[in-house]
Parts: sequence; C-alpha cells; structure tokens
Amino acid sequence: MADVPMIFILAGITAYAVLAGADFGAGIWTLVPGTDREHVRHAMGPVWEANHVWLIFVLVVAWTCYPVAYGSIVSTLSVPLLIAAVGIIFRGTAYALRNQISSGVRLVENLFALSSVLTPFALGTVIGALATGRVPVGNAAGNLVTSWLNPVSVLTGVLAVAFSGYLAAVYLAADARRISERHEVPALRIRALLSGAVAGVLAIAGLLVVRSSAAPLWHGLTSGAGLVMVCVCAVAGVATMALVWRSVFGLARASAALAVAAVIGGWAAAQRPYLLPGLTVAQAAAGRATLIAIIISVGAGAVVLIPSLFLLYALFLRGRLDVASDPEAAPVRPLAPHDPSTSSTSPTSSASPALSAPAVSAIAFAAVTLVAGSVLLVFTDPAWTHGLGAVCLIACAIRVFTLVATPDESG
Amino acid sequence: MSTPQYLLQARQMQALSLSVHIPLVCFGIAFPAMILFAEWRSLRTGDELYRTLARRWSKIMLALFAVGVVTGTILSFELGLLWPVWMQDFGNVFGLGFTLEGFSFFVEAIFIGIYVYGWDRISPRLHFLSGIPIAVAGITGSMFVISVNAWMNHPTGFTLVGGRATNAHPWAALFANPFFWSEYVHMYFAGYIVCGFLLASVYAWGYLRGRRGRYERTALAISLSAASVASPLQIVVGDWAARDVAQSQPVKLAAMEGLAHTTRGAAEHLLGWYNGHAVVWGIEIPRLLSLLAFHNPNAVVKGLDIVPLADQPPVNVVRFAFQTMVGIGTLLGLIGVIYLFLRLRRKELPAWLCWAVVAAGPLSVVALIAGWITTEVGRQPWIVYNVMRVSAAVTGAHVIPVSYATLCVVYLGLAVAVFWLLRTFSRVPLPPEASHG
Repeated sequence: MADVPMIFILAGITAYAVLAGADFGAGIWTLVPGTDREHVRHAMGPVWEANHVWLIFVLVVAWTCYPVAYGSIVSTLSVPLLIAAVGIIFRGTAYALRNQISSGVRLVENLFALSSVLTPFALGTVIGALATGRVPVGNAAGNLVTSWLNPVSVLTGVLAVAFSGYLAAVYLAADARRISERHEVPALRIRALLSGAVAGVLAIAGLLVVRSSAAPLWHGLTSGAGLVMVCVCAVAGVATMALVWRSVFGLARASAALAVAAVIGGWAAAQRPYLLPGLTVAQAAAGRATLIAIIISVGAGAVVLIPSLFLLYALFLRGRLDVASDPEAAPVRPLAPHDPSTSSTSPTSSASPALSAPAVSAIAFAAVTLVAGSVLLVFTDPAWTHGLGAVCLIACAIRVFTLVATPDESG
Repeated sequence: MSTPQYLLQARQMQALSLSVHIPLVCFGIAFPAMILFAEWRSLRTGDELYRTLARRWSKIMLALFAVGVVTGTILSFELGLLWPVWMQDFGNVFGLGFTLEGFSFFVEAIFIGIYVYGWDRISPRLHFLSGIPIAVAGITGSMFVISVNAWMNHPTGFTLVGGRATNAHPWAALFANPFFWSEYVHMYFAGYIVCGFLLASVYAWGYLRGRRGRYERTALAISLSAASVASPLQIVVGDWAARDVAQSQPVKLAAMEGLAHTTRGAAEHLLGWYNGHAVVWGIEIPRLLSLLAFHNPNAVVKGLDIVPLADQPPVNVVRFAFQTMVGIGTLLGLIGVIYLFLRLRRKELPAWLCWAVVAAGPLSVVALIAGWITTEVGRQPWIVYNVMRVSAAVTGAHVIPVSYATLCVVYLGLAVAVFWLLRTFSRVPLPPEASHG
C-alpha cells in the first residue's frame, strides 16, 4: 500500500509535464521571432489554471504520504524550488495581465517567456538531483548548490525545457488546424520536427552523461522496467516525428505525451525502490491511516475530477470556449423571461413601494433565525448546538440578502 | 536549542505570503455566489443588465483567481521550503487537509475556465450550472485549509513518539476538532465581509462622484447587501470563536487581553499598552472579560503566568491586532445594520454612509489581517500548539534572507500588476443598454 500514493504522485508529475509542460513550451515559443502570440494565448486560455493545479496535487500528496522525504527534498533543494516558485509567480501574473491590457504588452510577454524557461528548467534540475541520489535524509543535509547544479541535473533541466517546447509545437500545430488557422500549420510543423530532433538529441546526450557520471541510474535505465520505458520513449518519439511529418497532429499529440510519460516512468523504474539514498518508498511512507485517508480522498476526488476534466477538455477541444472566433458561430439562445420552476421561490419578484407581505414574512424568518442562531451560539455549549446556531445565522444572512440585494425595480 | 538567526525572516516571509493570499481567498469564498446571484436574476427576469454585471464580474473573478492560484502555489512551496521539519514530523496528520484542498482547487480551476470562457457559448442554463461548482469549491477549499490551521492550534489525532507524530488519524484530527468549526465559520463570514465591502467601496466611490446608473446601483446593492448581512452576524460568530480560544488556548486569550496573572472576575481593557505586568493607559471595564469568555462575571480567567515567559506570545502584537479586528468589526457591523435599515425602507444612500462604505473596503482587509495576526502570533512560539516550536520546524537551508528579499520584490510587482489590471477592467465602457437608467 505504501506504493499507491507514489503512483498518484508519478501520475501527477506526468500530467503536469504533459499538460503544463505544453503551456510552458508555448511560452518558450513566444521568444522565437515569427510566433503568433495571439494564437499561443488563445491555445491555453481556458485550461491554464486547471493544468497548473497538478503541481499542487503532487506537492500535497508527497508531503502527506512521504513526509520525511518531502522535508529533506524541499530543504536541500530550496534554491531550484524557489526559482520555480518565482517563475510561477511571473507566469501567472503575466497570464492574468496579458489578456486584459493594451499597453506594456512587450514587457509582460517577455516576462511570460522568461518564466516559461525558468520554471521547467528549475523543476527539471530537481528531478535530476533526486535521480542521482544527491538529496540525503535530513533538514538541508545535502549541498545547497551542487545538489542541483551538476551535469545530470542541468541536463535534466535543459531536457525539461526542450520537451516542453516540443510538446507545445505539436499541440499548437494540432490546435492551429482545429481553429482553422491553416496558414500557420506548415511553420508549426517544421518547428515540431526541429524541436523533436533537439529533444531527441538531448535525450541521447543525457543518457551518455548519466552513463559517465551516475552509474546506479544508468544501470536502472538499462535493465528491467527502466529499459522498457526507455524503449517506449524512443519508439513514441520516433512515431511522433513520423506522424508530424505526415501531418497527423491529433495522434502526434498523444504519442508525444506518451514519450514524456515514458521518461518519467523510466526515472521511477530506475530508482525503485529507493526514494532518497538509503530510504525506500516503503520506509518513507506515512502510517496506514494516513495512506488510507489519501487513497480514499484521491479516489473520491477522481470521481468528481475525471468527468469535470473531461467536460473541460471536450468543450475546449471542440472550440466551445474559444474567444477569438466570430460570435455568429454559436448563436445566443434567447433568455427565458420567466422560468416557472424557479419563480415561486423568489420573495422579491414584485417591486413594491412599502414592505409587501412576502417581505414581512422574510423579515420574520430572518428575525427568528437570528435570535435562534445567536442564542445557540452564545448561550449553549455542545458542539452540535453551535453547528445548528451557525446554520441558523447563515440562513438568516441568505434570507436578508435575497430581500435587499435586488435593487429598486422602479429605477 | 539554538534558534537560527533567520527564523524571524522566515516567519515574516510566511506572514507576507499569507497576507497577500488571504484577501484573494475571500473573493474565492464570496464572489462566485454573488456572480451566480446576478446571473440567476438575469435568467429569472430576462434583464440583460444582470447578465452584463455577472459577465463583467466574472472577468474580475478569473483574474483574481489566476493571481490566487499563483499566491496559493507559492504558499504550498513555502510551507515545505520554510518549515520542512514540521512537514517531516507532522505531514502525515495534517497533509490530508491540503490534499482535499487541492481537489477543491482543481474543481474551481476547471469550472472557472468553463464559466468565464463559456458565456454565449453554452446554453444559459448550463452556464449557470457550471458556476455552482466554483462557489462550492471556494467554500470547501477554504474549509480544508482552515481545518489544518485549526489542527495546528488544537492538535489531536496522533501519538507523539520521539517528537514525531505516529499512529496518525487524519480524519479525526482535522474534522472532529472542536476548534475547527468556529474558526471556519468566522472565516467564511469574513470572506463575505471583505469581498462585499471591497467591491462596494469601489461602487460607493463612483456613486459619490455621480456614477449612479442602474448598473452601478445594482452592483452596489448586491455587494453591499452581502457585506451588510454578514458583518453584524460576524460579531456573534466572533464571540463563539473567542470562547473556543478561551477554552483550548488560555495563553492566547491572556495575550489577546493582556492578562498577566490568573484572575477571578477579570476586567476587560480597551486600548492601552501591556507593560509586562498589566495593561496601562487603557479603559478598564470590571469583570467584563470573565463575563465574555465564560459567561460568568466571577469566572477565573487564566493569565500569561500559567506558562514560563519563553512560552508566551508577544503580548502587545497580539493584543493590538485583536483590538484592531474587534474595533473595525464592530464598525463594519454598524455600517451593515444602518444600510440594511435604510434599504428595507427603500431610502437613498446618504453621502456620509457612502463615505463610510468607501472606507469600509480597505478597513475590512485590515481587520482580516489583524484577525489572522491574532490567531497566528497568538499561537507563538508554537507551530503545533504545545507540541512543536516554530524554531524547531524551520529549514536548515541558509537562503532565507535572499529568498525573502526576492519574494518581497516579486509581491510588490504583483500588487502593482493587480491594481493596474482592476483599473483597466473598471474603465472598459459598459454596453449601451446597461449604462442608462
């Protein structure tokens, strides 16, 4: 059972790398001259926030289920994590601003692009540090600088940036076709091919660096499940290139994501069963009750989340959330002036000069709940009467609000 | 135990990040409900004005949410970066709260995308429905975070072995905690007060300067009504919260009141200064503290001296913050009652009340932060009350000063950006049908 949350974490990292990674990559492409920035922004508008939450998911599951490892990681690797955090602030701010402003556009966009490079690089170095066992157990027990500034870590960081750019190019090409900005497709196709080649070369170079400077990791990646994952990555990478070459972008999107997922799977397989040097996943895991609580909440959360995410991406990919396209495409349905199913619930439907009968009854209700709530909260002690009191007060608040919030219909 | 020199900086950094994030949380709690109310009115009456209002507000909501995502992410980094030992020893008990909060955050992020980008794209009914999860997630998200804070103030649900939590029962620790509910309801009402008064303060300012069209009056009515129903009730909820503190955290209560020694029939002091032994230069009201805290004018109230000096929080900070919160809260409650009274009698807003509302917006934020200072500084020197000291939880990485300075600069930039953004929003002209009236 100690492994189950680790599977959640790896799934979360994969989702973050595949979804938010593409968002970062889109930001990186805005640095390259000739990029249609409007398109980039359009391509990620509605999903940016949802993509981003995966990182928070990873962090919270990690600190709940593997607290000792988490404390060691964040203290030793505080510098790259801080850099990532600052990058995320810049990015979020730039994102919030960019859709709204007309002046200062260049500054905001450069900030956006810069942070799009900084964050994946910093997070990549963190993975590199973990994979090479440079984070010992303890409060800042590892070296604050060399733990993440070493050949493998830096290479992982660069690789994270390259993969992000590659994913983004493939996604953007698919997206350009979808929103029928077809004139962009050939240029984006070339970019996807080039960045795919760069990412591939970097991945091979990375393996060579690992071989010379991180023997245990090399061994993990070249045997057993690690080897399988490396092969999956290679096959998926080549397949993506072929699909992009033939302009089959929809499928290329999936195989590009698979290639990235395989890298993360390979890392996990190579490191198994160790989380940190001398600390296995089983040893690092929190107690049984905690693990069960997390598994239950992730399961329950998935029941809510999966349909919600499905709805979001279905609407997004079908262009139902597009801003830029012409409004004629989706006609506004006429508003129903009076909905019979709800009209009876409103006390304020009729504008009245003085207090109408429903208003008087509303005030009476509010007065009763106010007195009951206050008495229960102030003069009783059991927890359940306090709860009831709070409910009374909230009911009172809602009642009065619906009474007063509708402005003078006469105005 | 040696205290790292940068402990204070680490605490200030955490405090800075929380102070930036908490007002945004208020918008997460209250704003979706107000927007949905406006949209519901538009669906029911077919009045285009409500739709315009909901639509314009939803853009502000998205921008504030985007900033809230950022500051929230920083917090989730920081909790680990600054207090790794706390994570390491107690993460198994309280982490569940943050995991559940993560899911709320997720739901909020998904539906906010659908809601804000879905105007005119999905049917009105479906669009309205897509807003409901945002409101629910705003409420549950803050609830889960508060459950962690309540646990830090009243830790239960684990066995302490060698300074580390074992045999953790996270559900019971977080949600069967008697301290949790009063703290949460208090914050929930605060969300409506802060969000309502901040919005109302902008429209009241416009009202004074002659912007009194139907759109502006509707916006003012909804935001000010929400704040006004919450602010008087908050006084009752606050009393509940204070009595929970009196029971579970007597030292915090003593710090809030500046009570040096355990006293029967303790007096309440308004204003004044705690000089280390007693409150001087304050207005003394005999026996009121005993009456308020235990509903008995002769009740015994524990003083600061029940614990050694090293275990006492900084009294004047806590006391000043508490009095600020109570003072502003009372004022806001009064504004609320006056507004509701005038409103029910269908009277126009007098200019002096408009000025009061303009001031109420920023004041409500001050009260909010003061409230959090009261509960957080009042818990010092503990991070987990009576179990783990803050100094024992802090990171061993010596990068705090640099990161603190970086973060200050970055937040300053963020504040400027948000202000600029909201100003830009407010200057977008209204569609013609909404501007007259």
